[in-house]
Amino acid sequence: MEDAAIYAQASWFQATARQRIEGLLDLNSFTEFLGPSERVQSPHLHLFDLPSAFDDGVVIGRGKLDGNDVLVAAQEGQFMGGTFAEVSGAKIVGLVRAARDHKELPQTVLLLLDSGGVRLQEANAGELVVAELMRAIVQARSAGVAVIALVGGKAGAFGGAGLTAATCSRIAVSEEGRIAVSGPEVIETNKGVEEFDSKNKALVWSTDGGKNRRLIGGADAFAEDSMEGFRTAAKTLLAKVPAFDLKTMQAEQKRLAERQEKFGACDDAVSMWRILDIKDPEAIRDMDSKDFAALATSIKESNHDAR
Amino acid sequence: MLTLKFRHTAKRRLSGKQDSGIIGVVASGNLEVLLERVLPAAECEIEIATPVTGYDETWKAVIDEFVERFSPGGLRISINDGGARPDTVFLRLMQGCALMEKV
Repeated sequence: MEDAAIYAQASWFQATARQRIEGLLDLNSFTEFLGPSERVQSPHLHLFDLPSAFDDGVVIGRGKLDGNDVLVAAQEGQFMGGTFAEVSGAKIVGLVRAARDHKELPQTVLLLLDSGGVRLQEANAGELVVAELMRAIVQARSAGVAVIALVGGKAGAFGGAGLTAATCSRIAVSEEGRIAVSGPEVIETNKGVEEFDSKNKALVWSTDGGKNRRLIGGADAFAEDSMEGFRTAAKTLLAKVPAFDLKTMQAEQKRLAERQEKFGACDDAVSMWRILDIKDPEAIRDMDSKDFAALATSIKESNHDAR
Repeated sequence: MLTLKFRHTAKRRLSGKQDSGIIGVVASGNLEVLLERVLPAAECEIEIATPVTGYDETWKAVIDEFVERFSPGGLRISINDGGARPDTVFLRLMQGCALMEKV
């Protein structure tokens, strides 16, 4: 039991996809679909003289969270940046579609996103699969499935993973988790260093990082960077999943329009935090997880019934 | 991609009840090791896929030492290598055996 207690405190950021699933779900409750022995791997990487992974960097299956049945997909951010490709993407899409079409399966899907976006070597398949996944998530949600994104891995949730997160019912993020579509280097390359200085790590992390996403309503729960932290966040979010209906969509549209109006002129995260009436916005960066989570819960913009 | 295959006669069956296990990640300086209990008790097969060429002798030395010390009888071991150093390879093989030895 002592081991289990130590493991619960292990870093989510540092862990592999398989370790995260083990730490997130109830002990020994996970059953993998299309496991590594089946060798469902990329048919393309060898053409580039690149090594494949037996699971193509995605682990899918079912298990229990606090006694409740859930489906899980976890991206391995250390393998090819956790990227969406023909096989890795199809595994996630298939899982979400299965939840959509089969009521006897768990009606909760946890997406452990850790991805830089589309795998460049399989870009056409990758782009297509991101579109398929967003559609599948929306269809699953309208069929009553709760889809929860958990973001706190090394690759963050960029490109297609950022888009995917935005289609989910709820999002949990840790301080180390980053959510965006274009990565900092991409913005700098296309728009110039005056637009976004990707070398300025404080700027990058305060903009894309979990604290800012939580404060401006881009994530619904702030998780401590540990197995237990994400377990707690997932449980909290599952207790209150919004219905996927016209009312929610209108509320989401209104929320985003108001956010654009409120923060549209800001040029960094601190100026947004100032608008939120946070007393000492400069102190947010160094605030510990517990204090920050409590602060975020008290702010109106961070807590909404939309998404 | 270079593929290396080694076939060994092991002194005994690796103990434990697990049918398969996987450890490690295909990342720079790392590797993944998939272990499957599918062979007769005295046999062991190891297949390695690596993008790094020119280290055949090093792989052979690491595998020989591993088989001698851990006697992984009954296992087919498949490796996807991301350019791991020999010490990392040995560590992952040991971790893989520990997974398979669980009851």
